[in-house]
Amino acid sequence: MKFIKRFYLGLVLAFLYIPIVVLIVQSFNAGKSRAKWEGFSFRWYEELFKDPNIMNSLVITLAIAVLAALFATIIGTLAAIGIHAMKRRPQQLMLTLNNIPMTMPDIVTGISLMLLFIFTQVERGFVTMLLAHITFDVPYVILSIMPKLKQMNKNTYEAALDLGATPMYALFHVILPQVMPGVITGAMLAFTLSLDDFTISYFTTSPLVQNLSTLIYSQARKGIKPTMNALSALMFVALLLLLLVVNKRTAEEE
Amino acid sequence: MEEQRLITLEDIYKQYDGTTVLDHINLYIRKKEFVTLLGPSGCGKTTTLRIIGGFETADSGRVIFDGQDISGIPPYKRRVNTVFQKYALFPHLNVRDNIAFGLKLKKMSKAEIDRKVDYMLDLVNLKGYGKRGVDSLSGGQQQRIAIARALVNEPEVLLLDEPLGALDLKLRKEMQLELKAMQQRLGITFLYVTHDQEEALTMSDTIVVMQGGRILQIGTPKSIYDEPKNAFVANFIGESNIFPGTMIRDELVHFCGADFPCVDSGFGEDHPVDVVIRPEDILLVGEDVGQVTGTIKSVLFKGVHYEMIIDAGHSIWKVHSTTMQPEGSRVGLAVVPFNIHIMHRMEEEKPQEEAKK
Repeated sequence: MKFIKRFYLGLVLAFLYIPIVVLIVQSFNAGKSRAKWEGFSFRWYEELFKDPNIMNSLVITLAIAVLAALFATIIGTLAAIGIHAMKRRPQQLMLTLNNIPMTMPDIVTGISLMLLFIFTQVERGFVTMLLAHITFDVPYVILSIMPKLKQMNKNTYEAALDLGATPMYALFHVILPQVMPGVITGAMLAFTLSLDDFTISYFTTSPLVQNLSTLIYSQARKGIKPTMNALSALMFVALLLLLLVVNKRTAEEE
Repeated sequence: MEEQRLITLEDIYKQYDGTTVLDHINLYIRKKEFVTLLGPSGCGKTTTLRIIGGFETADSGRVIFDGQDISGIPPYKRRVNTVFQKYALFPHLNVRDNIAFGLKLKKMSKAEIDRKVDYMLDLVNLKGYGKRGVDSLSGGQQQRIAIARALVNEPEVLLLDEPLGALDLKLRKEMQLELKAMQQRLGITFLYVTHDQEEALTMSDTIVVMQGGRILQIGTPKSIYDEPKNAFVANFIGESNIFPGTMIRDELVHFCGADFPCVDSGFGEDHPVDVVIRPEDILLVGEDVGQVTGTIKSVLFKGVHYEMIIDAGHSIWKVHSTTMQPEGSRVGLAVVPFNIHIMHRMEEEKPQEEAKK
């Protein structure tokens, strides 16, 4: 019985992780062929960092992720505080409205944003991709801050006013410090989501401005170069580390 | 008298979603007075406090502070400070920074702030706790910090919203005395909200009894205990026997099937009234000399006294006495005229039941 349990678990994990393991192993394969192991090498990693297209996309990806996380965190934090101050009914409504975009398929979000940009005649590129990323990041930021606000003693804000603080001073010196763990978690979540987004980016940018996901996709159509293995392996490791940190923080807060 | 009034509430009316919570409240508070708003939950006492603090605005009416209408002034510009029910300390700041919060906003020098915070820590008996996080303190200690944080700003009025509600009985009694002593030493006006009648009687100069958004009675603890205005106040403040009766003429009242001489007058003849008698004011006498007679239904030992429930035919009497009579024995009950208190009937239907504690 014990054996069966372990075997089953192993099977599930194998299904999940064998492709990634293969990818990582292949990224160290010296040869170009994917069928044959020709020895260990960092060759593809070296080529990866010499490829101007990829480096350019990396910069764009990081710039978009940092900026989107920054703006989404500011917008989301203020929105969460506002929603928290609402009465019960409108609060429920706002939270439902906030949840819908998260459950919506990315392709729907992507296409609708694309249509919006075409309709408003905004040329697609870096700015439109950034706007799109902020849009899908905000609900996650709000969601990660709400529990912190609920935990907060509501009277602390009033106590600050009572002691002579203006509402603005109270926001920065009393409310924000108390919800800061949620704000940081939200920012990291937004960064992670933005970093690995493909679908929405694909519909909201131009072929001239590519992030890593859309670049990999366009290159894959021409046949996958082994540098893509190296790039994917690096992205996997980076996201894994980020997710570990986010999960650890969430666990600690609970 | 007039210039001593520090806060005046003029015709304050407030409703939430169609429910009236304050029904035209008029009240004034003198300088250095310890005023307690007393009433069951939902009576409007906390809302009254929050209107004075500036956290709520009245739908109509005015709040006058030191001769000025402050109805539209935000809380951070009012010269009052509040001690909240659940302390509301800032969890991200240590004890010292919690207390210094208001002083820093006043742009005081560091030395001045340190001196004042040290003085407050000493006053609330928490010397040496300055660097501690507030979450590491006990409920009683947190309460003291909350009081220190408010008092350090030298407010003209300190508003306290059931500040001792979360403490255990013994600590609560200690803090009652400490708070009262502090108030007298510092000469600050206290406006205190509680539903605990004993707390109100112990600490206050003036008690304001509230119910259903209205003020029922304002007076000293003694006058409210001895001369409750109606059955609700009598029931809420201490234990009492309340009987429906008829004022036959001045100084003679009929209730529980007998005529009792009393000291009240001015009700007219054959006027329906409520009669209140405190359980400790009823004398157990021989069956033959009692004004009414009855059978002892139950005896309960309460520490200082016995509580006996006596069935006198058409009425049930609660009696407190240091001597005990066995259950089932027949006794006579007597009340001296001075201890019979006559009240006008309440206009509304009796809220007596819900007022029982």
